[in-house]
Amino acid sequence: MKYFRLVWAGLWRKKTRTVFTMISVVIAFLLFGLLQGINQGFGTALTNLDVDRLYVSARTSMTDGMPISYLSRIRAVPGVRAVSMWAYFGGYFREAKTPIPAFATDATELFKVYKEIKIKPEYIEAMAKTRTGVLIGQELAAKHGWKVGDRIPIGTSIWTNKSGSNTWQFDVVGTFDASAYGAGFPTFYLNYSYFDEARSFGKGDVHYYIVSVQDPKQADRISHEIDDMFANSAVETRTQTESALAQSQLKQLGDINFIANAIVGAVLFTLLFLTANTMMQSVRERTSELAVLKTLGYSDAKVLTLILVEALLLCLFAALIGIGLAALVFESPALQKLFGNFSMPMIVGLMGLGIAVLLAFISGFPPAWRARQLNIVDALAGR
Amino acid sequence: MTALVTLRNVTKSYVRGKQKVEVLHGVDLAIEAGEFLALMGPSGSGKTTLLNLVAGLDQPTSGEVAVAGDRIDQLSRGSLADWRARHIGFIFQFYNLLPVLTAEANVEVPLLLTNLSKAQRRERVQTALQLVGLADRAKHKPNELSGGQQQRVAIARAIVSDPTLLVCDEPTGDLDRQNAEEIMNLLQALNRSQNKTIIMVTHDPKAAEYASRELHLDKGKLTNDARRAA
Repeated sequence: MKYFRLVWAGLWRKKTRTVFTMISVVIAFLLFGLLQGINQGFGTALTNLDVDRLYVSARTSMTDGMPISYLSRIRAVPGVRAVSMWAYFGGYFREAKTPIPAFATDATELFKVYKEIKIKPEYIEAMAKTRTGVLIGQELAAKHGWKVGDRIPIGTSIWTNKSGSNTWQFDVVGTFDASAYGAGFPTFYLNYSYFDEARSFGKGDVHYYIVSVQDPKQADRISHEIDDMFANSAVETRTQTESALAQSQLKQLGDINFIANAIVGAVLFTLLFLTANTMMQSVRERTSELAVLKTLGYSDAKVLTLILVEALLLCLFAALIGIGLAALVFESPALQKLFGNFSMPMIVGLMGLGIAVLLAFISGFPPAWRARQLNIVDALAGR
Repeated sequence: MTALVTLRNVTKSYVRGKQKVEVLHGVDLAIEAGEFLALMGPSGSGKTTLLNLVAGLDQPTSGEVAVAGDRIDQLSRGSLADWRARHIGFIFQFYNLLPVLTAEANVEVPLLLTNLSKAQRRERVQTALQLVGLADRAKHKPNELSGGQQQRVAIARAIVSDPTLLVCDEPTGDLDRQNAEEIMNLLQALNRSQNKTIIMVTHDPKAAEYASRELHLDKGKLTNDARRAA
């Protein structure tokens, strides 16, 4: 600690250079924190997904329909607690650029499958009684100013109703709170029975069966049993856990883990040269000062340590700022909305600090070694 | 009287490019405790090389160098660094203060190597700065001080750890006459009142007049040794 002033003063010998190097390190670690945070965020979100929920879709494509007749057969598989379904409606409000994530479903069963969604029982009852009824997520309702009792026109680019129109009239019968689920839960549900009766084609098809199992340990067996049941039928199925489904959907965006690591790796590799160059220049400029320290009795090892600590201080200080800023960004409403109630995982901060220490040692060692090897007489003579 | 510094048949040669240059040829020298020695001679005569050997900054090619009872020619680089911290106070021609530190922080630098507490270090720094008459400039950085003041800070740094020997390489070489005289008066006072042993390399005959002994070096050999009455 008593050497702190000496090290700190050395670090700020050329203020402008140090500030610019620090800004580079701060930005690099901000990027690291954001990308790794998002990466970890997806990972955490996936692990938090329910393991006792299975998703059944057509093996060929998620967008291909499966017969509604599968419902009763899936429900009859031993170990199945409840089954609901989704038929994609593809809605929009007023114009196509205001999409609504709308699905046709059996609401009574849906909220048995998604136990964490908060909804008043009377809304579920109202939905069962109102053929044109819809249940809407609270955020979506707030966004458009919809409330229970409203009649709303929802367009769809896929389904024409019996009257030949692409605009469907629905009655808002209730709202629900999906915050406990996190991001990704569809927030607009219409009655499947009404939808199926009113659409002019594709009758009797659904896109997903969502299966709640009694014992998560049986999930694998049930998955296989469902898929085996429909093997060699007109529409074969693929059954996945919720997290496996989310992972396969994420993979459509690309391998986020690889992309995050590749970008961070490239940035940190570049940073290594930048920091090493700064430290090397700094030591070169201080040759005579380091020789004076050695003259006063500072050993080679002590001078080496002082330079390494200086590099450590530079990298750690800037990395802390960068990671701290990244953590603040994760608290922003936009990201909270994306990941649900999510903070940057502690592991990302620790990883960042570990990388900062490594960076300091790798970039600080060559100049520190040079300082260690400095010959006092030659350095004082300017040779 | 026992000599504080003893050199026996010391030679020093350097290899410059492909050439081997012998700078000192069999130097024998004894310096007693409390002496103020001025080492004079033309450029390239080996004055600074001799000073570096006595200060433990360099090792002789052959011969013995003993200071304060230690055979420093036999010490390793690491041991020599510890030895310098305990025994040598160094004053340079161009002051060589650390520009980013204040005067008091510069003076404190050698004390960081000791086990003294922060309070003890502060007390010693204040005493040293008072001795050189710069207690009021403790918070100033080197670029806020004149050349003479910077050299005083350098002297305070040299004496703060109470070394056995003060080694000065052209301490007035970068100063005007008035500042040079002030610095020489200060060194002489340290020698006389604190009984500090001082070895000073100088080209300046006026500066050499302050010393109690004058030694001349020419082409790597001692040529003249004169003691001056106090």
